[in-house]
Amino acid sequence: MTQPILEMRGITKTFPGVRALDGVDLAVERGEVHAICGENGAGKSTLMKILSGVYPHGTYDGDIVFEGQTASFRDIKDSEHSGIVIIHQELALSPYLSIAENIFLGNERSRAGFVDWNATNLEASKLLKRVGLRVNPVTRAQDIGVGAQQLVEIAKALSKDVKLLILDEPTAALNDEDSAHLLSLVSGLKAEGITSIIISHKLNEIRAIADSVTIIRDGKTIETLGIHDGSVTEDRIIKGMVGRDMAHRYPQRTPSIGEEVLRVEGWTVHHPQEHHRVIVDNAHLNVRAGEIVGIAGLMGAGRTELAMSIFGHSYGSAISGRLYKNGKEIKANTVGAAIKHGIAYATEDRKRYGLNLIEDIKRNISGAALDKLASLGWVDGKQETVVANDYRRSMNIKAPSVSAITGKLSGGNQQKVVLSKWMFADPDVLILDEPTRGIDVGAKYEIYTIINKLAAEGKAIIVISSELPELLGICDRIYTLAEGVITAEVPIADATPEYLMQHMTKEKD
Amino acid sequence: MATSVKDADVKTAPPSIKDGFVFLTSRLRQIGIFVALLVIVTLFQVLTGGQLLQSENVSNIIVQNSYILLLAIGMVMIIIAGHIDLSVGSVAAFVGAMSGVMIQDWGLPWWLTLILSLAIGALVGAWQGFWVAYVGIPAFIVTLAGMLLFRGLAQITLDNQRISGFPDAYRQLGGGFLFPGLFPPETNILDWTTVGLGLISTALLVFSQLRGRAARRKLNLDEEPAAWFFTKLGFGVVVILGLTYLLASSRSGTPIVLVVLGILAVAYSAVMNNSVFGRHIYARGGNLQAAQLSGVNTKRIDFMLFVNMGVLAALAGLVFTGRLNSAGPGAGNLFELDAIAAAFIGGAAVTGGVGTVIGAITGGLIMGVLNNGMSLLGVGTDYQQFIKGMVLLLAVAFDVFNKRKAASAAK
Repeated sequence: MTQPILEMRGITKTFPGVRALDGVDLAVERGEVHAICGENGAGKSTLMKILSGVYPHGTYDGDIVFEGQTASFRDIKDSEHSGIVIIHQELALSPYLSIAENIFLGNERSRAGFVDWNATNLEASKLLKRVGLRVNPVTRAQDIGVGAQQLVEIAKALSKDVKLLILDEPTAALNDEDSAHLLSLVSGLKAEGITSIIISHKLNEIRAIADSVTIIRDGKTIETLGIHDGSVTEDRIIKGMVGRDMAHRYPQRTPSIGEEVLRVEGWTVHHPQEHHRVIVDNAHLNVRAGEIVGIAGLMGAGRTELAMSIFGHSYGSAISGRLYKNGKEIKANTVGAAIKHGIAYATEDRKRYGLNLIEDIKRNISGAALDKLASLGWVDGKQETVVANDYRRSMNIKAPSVSAITGKLSGGNQQKVVLSKWMFADPDVLILDEPTRGIDVGAKYEIYTIINKLAAEGKAIIVISSELPELLGICDRIYTLAEGVITAEVPIADATPEYLMQHMTKEKD
Repeated sequence: MATSVKDADVKTAPPSIKDGFVFLTSRLRQIGIFVALLVIVTLFQVLTGGQLLQSENVSNIIVQNSYILLLAIGMVMIIIAGHIDLSVGSVAAFVGAMSGVMIQDWGLPWWLTLILSLAIGALVGAWQGFWVAYVGIPAFIVTLAGMLLFRGLAQITLDNQRISGFPDAYRQLGGGFLFPGLFPPETNILDWTTVGLGLISTALLVFSQLRGRAARRKLNLDEEPAAWFFTKLGFGVVVILGLTYLLASSRSGTPIVLVVLGILAVAYSAVMNNSVFGRHIYARGGNLQAAQLSGVNTKRIDFMLFVNMGVLAALAGLVFTGRLNSAGPGAGNLFELDAIAAAFIGGAAVTGGVGTVIGAITGGLIMGVLNNGMSLLGVGTDYQQFIKGMVLLLAVAFDVFNKRKAASAAK
């Protein structure tokens, strides 16, 4: 066997309070397509960021050997110089520049400091031909579709004499036709001798083009399987992704489930800008008092979009479908109306959407229900402090006082502030989007306990999560969502990680 | 007093010099602006050989800067919400011009003119608020257009002529004094109206502060060291009484516009701190998306802010016109920049979410004292411009530096 083009040995990366990677090994053979699989948060992206120099040499432990030499990349430029190019899930094209300008951005074709436009456009059109994109290179990047933009990114990588191409979820935002084209392009590049690493949730794609697959779970390498002969089934990969000990990570609870509180019927949501794109497709779901319902879906499945569109149409356009609260149809077209109807949504991105980070704890807690503390438009500041102090105690928010600025709290404590805010609004339905993302294990347990307590008080709770063990540990019933479609509804007794993952990775017919 | 402060401090926590220093640095951003004003006043008091704090001059500083301070109140609210308003100088000129036409050409009584002028200000604000809030055009553009629009309208209204000779009642707002003939002249060692007003203000300040502190203590919410509380309160009392003495010993007593300013400063501070509307302004400026996802109607907030700014700009226009006894097409030129500078010197953040009404007023006073002090020293307007520019830059740089230090300390 020949020398692998890339070997990563014992890679360990810690963030404050979290060990993201723990001795990960990865060996990629020259000229193969190597897939990396794992749940969200398993550490795939962190690993790729280390490989591409986003986290520079010295901030992690372990060795990278690329083309037989130990590599110590200082930044992305450094790794690109060696021939490693990463294409991120969120495309990084500048929308108002032309395709050709984007391809040579930071790497301009120039003479004596002036851009050589003829060379730029000529070389760009050659590269575009190589990736099979038939558009004029002077077209602006924003005027082409997502699939074409993805191809431009690959053309950009080719312009840098790429030896190892890393694709992070390349088909997550693409339709079937564009996906098929992209995958055949990756196979074509393999024939030209370019090695690829592909991160994907879509197991059928992996089986179609990858030669081997490495499975990562909880920051550790689980196994590397050769799959080019087709002997490894999707179930086999799923088993590697999800199998783990789940005991004692979730508090005990005896559910007491009452009447239906919220029902969603025929819910369809379109993309806010690209109105033809359907993001949530004819979803039906319900939740009862005292029940914890999970929504399982991989990144890009439309979980957050579904939740936010229910929460006062705060996402999407041309939303259709019906909402029933306690059996009666309601209209909740604004966030204010949704809150009045007793619906609350705690966001997955608490820094961007959940908190005013420059403001203190008490003002964040009162933020969604300030009217409860006010008479005739004037806020009772003392009562506000009393309320905030109550939550600080009952939620165990670790902060010197309720006047502490939320931006300085840890992730777990920030999440408790967000939860306090919505508990103070006293909703009947509480939608929790990734409630434990970026939180250490101890704080997670506390959050689960709070969720259980809310359910015991008779609130109807929807939990969105991409961590299957979490859903299996706390929910009474789970819906799976794939590409905007609810693909299954399972009571907890019948739910297994394998079954859920199958339906989460289900392709549209 | 000194011993009682010490006692209280010992009770809360055994203090050391280092603790006190750490505490003061942590409050530096809060008090820095007041310290800066104090330093600048002291500096010019010394440089001008005592001219700065002569009673007539103090009265002058207040009246000369009153319209900028009025604008600064509205401006800081707009800036806290994350917007900007470049049109206020033009709006003030337009409203001043309209008031001239109402009085001189239409023969309306002064009180009706004042009411209608404020209403015009509200309409102008509603116009700009509509474009910002409901159409979604950045405030910078809308008010840049408004700056040209209302300057043009002011010139059209006046046909490029000045209107002078306003009735006395109208001019009171800009140039009048409170009850000048209330007491017989022979008793006037001091202006007793001013003395009374000063004492009442002091009493109100002390009473409200002590009551607030007592209520917080009862609920066990007080987090402020006693020494700090009483120092702040004592400082406030000294400032009010000092100002009272200076104004009372001047020829004419309390300028009416100072009373208006005082009431508005207190009222708007209360609105920003304690009203739902004010809280929503901070929330909107601090994190727009989080505010929207908490059910805040941010469009209505934006709209109302510009209506409010329009009314305050109209009031500034009336004060300015009254003081000069003249409405001119070029009035209010560059007022917007002074008001914006006042807000930023006073600690408002360019990114929104941070700032106070009192800070903006103090920032405006810093500019005013600088102007006045340099004029007394005979510094030319050329150098004045230069120095004011440096002060604005350094004030904001200080703020940025402080924030960065706080951020790295948090890590």
